[in-house]
Amino acid sequence: MSPVLLQGRGIGKTYATPVLSGVDLALHAGEVLALTGENGAGKSTLSKIVAGLVQPTHGTLTLAGEPFAPVSRKDAERCGVRMVMQELSLVPTLSVAENLLLGRLPHRLGFIRGEALNEAAARQMALIGLDDVDPRLPVGALGVGYQQMVEIARSLVGECRLLILDEPTATLTSREIAHLFRQIELLKARGVAIVYISHRLDELQQVADRVMVLRDGRHIDTRPMRELTQADIVRRMVGRDVHEGLDRDVRPRGRRALAVRGIARGSTVRDVSFDLHAGEVLGLAGLVGSGRTELLRLIVGADRKESGDVMLGESDAPVAIASPVQAVRAGIGFVTEDRKSQGLLLPQPIRVNATLANLGAVSRGGWLRRAEEQAEVERLRELLRVRSDSIEQPVNELSGGNQQKVIFARWLHRDCDVLLLDEPTRGVDIGARADIYAQMDKLAAAGKALLMVSSDLRELMSQCDRIGVMSAGRLVRIFERGEWSEQSLLEAAFSAYAAAERHVTLATAA
Amino acid sequence: MSSSTPLTTRAALASAIGTVAGLLAALALMVGFFSWQSEYFFTADTFITIANDIPAVAVTAVGMTFVLIIAGIDLSVGSTMALAAAVAGIAMLQWHWSLLPATLLAMLVGLAVGAVNGAITVAWRLPSFIVTLGMLEMARGAAYVATDSRTQYIGGAIDWLGKPVVAGLSPAFFIAIAIVALAQVVLTRTVFGRSMIGIGTNEEAMRLAGVDPRPVKIAVFAIAGLLAGLGGVFLSSRLEAADPNAGTGAELVVIASVVIGGTSLMGGRGSVASTFFGVLVISVLEAGLAQIGASEPTKRIITGFVIIIAVVLDTLRERRKKG
Repeated sequence: MSPVLLQGRGIGKTYATPVLSGVDLALHAGEVLALTGENGAGKSTLSKIVAGLVQPTHGTLTLAGEPFAPVSRKDAERCGVRMVMQELSLVPTLSVAENLLLGRLPHRLGFIRGEALNEAAARQMALIGLDDVDPRLPVGALGVGYQQMVEIARSLVGECRLLILDEPTATLTSREIAHLFRQIELLKARGVAIVYISHRLDELQQVADRVMVLRDGRHIDTRPMRELTQADIVRRMVGRDVHEGLDRDVRPRGRRALAVRGIARGSTVRDVSFDLHAGEVLGLAGLVGSGRTELLRLIVGADRKESGDVMLGESDAPVAIASPVQAVRAGIGFVTEDRKSQGLLLPQPIRVNATLANLGAVSRGGWLRRAEEQAEVERLRELLRVRSDSIEQPVNELSGGNQQKVIFARWLHRDCDVLLLDEPTRGVDIGARADIYAQMDKLAAAGKALLMVSSDLRELMSQCDRIGVMSAGRLVRIFERGEWSEQSLLEAAFSAYAAAERHVTLATAA
Repeated sequence: MSSSTPLTTRAALASAIGTVAGLLAALALMVGFFSWQSEYFFTADTFITIANDIPAVAVTAVGMTFVLIIAGIDLSVGSTMALAAAVAGIAMLQWHWSLLPATLLAMLVGLAVGAVNGAITVAWRLPSFIVTLGMLEMARGAAYVATDSRTQYIGGAIDWLGKPVVAGLSPAFFIAIAIVALAQVVLTRTVFGRSMIGIGTNEEAMRLAGVDPRPVKIAVFAIAGLLAGLGGVFLSSRLEAADPNAGTGAELVVIASVVIGGTSLMGGRGSVASTFFGVLVISVLEAGLAQIGASEPTKRIITGFVIIIAVVLDTLRERRKKG
């Protein structure tokens, strides 16, 4: 085997809690190392440490024997370590050539030398087989797949010894993927070491020499790809058998509260149907990008659905929900994933945030009733145990858990029949989490219907009566309590990313 | 007030008082300075003149405060003033309407202009800066058409609004004070006011909470237009004429007053009451500079400087509060 290019010992990163600890790694020149694990396993933290975007709190790295501690992306790039992120960082209005050489445009007296620029760009693109693209075209005019290739080509400008690809095929068609894989072979032959992060296990098997599995920020296993089947990899990602809350009784399921039929939008949500009943908590599992948040947004009308219907209660007549305003009027509340940008009025006090969804209840004829509003918010604050100085405290001074409780207070105040919860415990400490679970129990007991998206399978298994699993935009299966295991849920989450799916993509793209 | 609220309520109150206190201190400083510089400044005449000069800007600034709170801006108010005043002038001169119906008509014209601003902004999700910039030109052009590009002398029929009735103060002054008070109550005590603050703070959060921002935004622009219409009538009552050039550049004075009053250009934060003090700061400054014999260019340079200083101070104060 070729010499070790990158060596890491005891790499760790601790924010409030450790997200990565004691990870050793070795990467050889000219090999592809697949990096995989569940959501939040530490893949992106580890790769960002190598690329200089995040600094480790523990451990050391060496690059070709030299100590390597990049303090910024630029710093890492100077050493020939580059990362292609999931979100493209191209400027759509500039040409392909300008994007490729941004920051080092050939110029004379401040004027760009157009010919030199385009020639240099063409040379660069030929390196990864992109010779069929005119470097003068604006990047925005290219398809997403080509944009991805331009992004990769840009990473290769100058010296590149180590390339990190984070979900590079998420937006590519199978033809483009095949093209990408050929380029990866070329890069390997040139001795470039590649870290390849992906949820698509079949892809990893095709492209990677070795696979490294992380779980809960720890290194689980690294071995040659050919020694492992996909099921082996999934088993390593799942690991221990934790069955907390598995003994919870199934809540009595009431009448149907919401029915979704054939809802779809592009490739993000495809033909999803399910029923949600009063008194139950239905979980929604899936990998990041599997379409869970997008599904919730379609249900409440935050995004426009291309097809499908939503029915309320036991009626079979579809209700027109074209905006969240109509959804709330129809009794559907939505706790968003990003509470800061899509939920809270941060500089405003708890009182204002809590009554926002139902100002009618604390006003008469358009005039706010201060005393009533204060009494109601005080009640909610005590009920949810929001830790704060007073109801007049601005919510940006509260902890994440208490902020989330304020959002819950808002929907309790509105008294919705259906509540959609998107990652309701993200960034919430354990104490507040228990309070939120208790509140969900109470709501279900009161006959409300709850749909909860979470990336934490253990949370779903402990809180939900049923768990639906989304994969590549489809709701692939709904498990009843007792049917699921972490293994079966994860397998379902990966299932639609299998090769068969790719042909569908190609067929619709062609 | 419930017993467990005192701490931060008091802090919020202190901050609101802080803005007003700062403005009052600035006013006192200016009055002191001008009184020292000119023996004629500290007289009842000066203050009565200022009081009767401010209604047009004050009522227009009330509407502008609402617009800034929803994170918008309205550049068309100066032209709207001229157009509304022109229509009122025509109604009185050619159709022989009396003052009250003519004023109501002017306000209606302003309301229509503002509603168009709001509807276009909302329907195509455009920046209000551009929409109202276009309206600035259109309304000014319409004012020229309405007046036949000539100043229409109205005379005594309209000057009642600007003439002293009690203690040297005009009806326009009292109307302006009443509107400031009413608007402050609307802002702090109504669902509409709460919605404005919410939209200015985080429009997407409002939408997801089930509050439709669109009607609120249209209403805010319509109110701004309506008040600019009234401001236009106040302006004509001082001039005793409908001048198609009236209110040229008024939008800048109005915006400056609102911002000096501590209302944020980023939306979500503002107060009509402190806007009124912002208006006072600018008028006292202008009157004082005139009295000490400052030339027009000097006046403009100093006024511009004061606007910047005021905003810098307010920004620093906000930042320190956030920590």
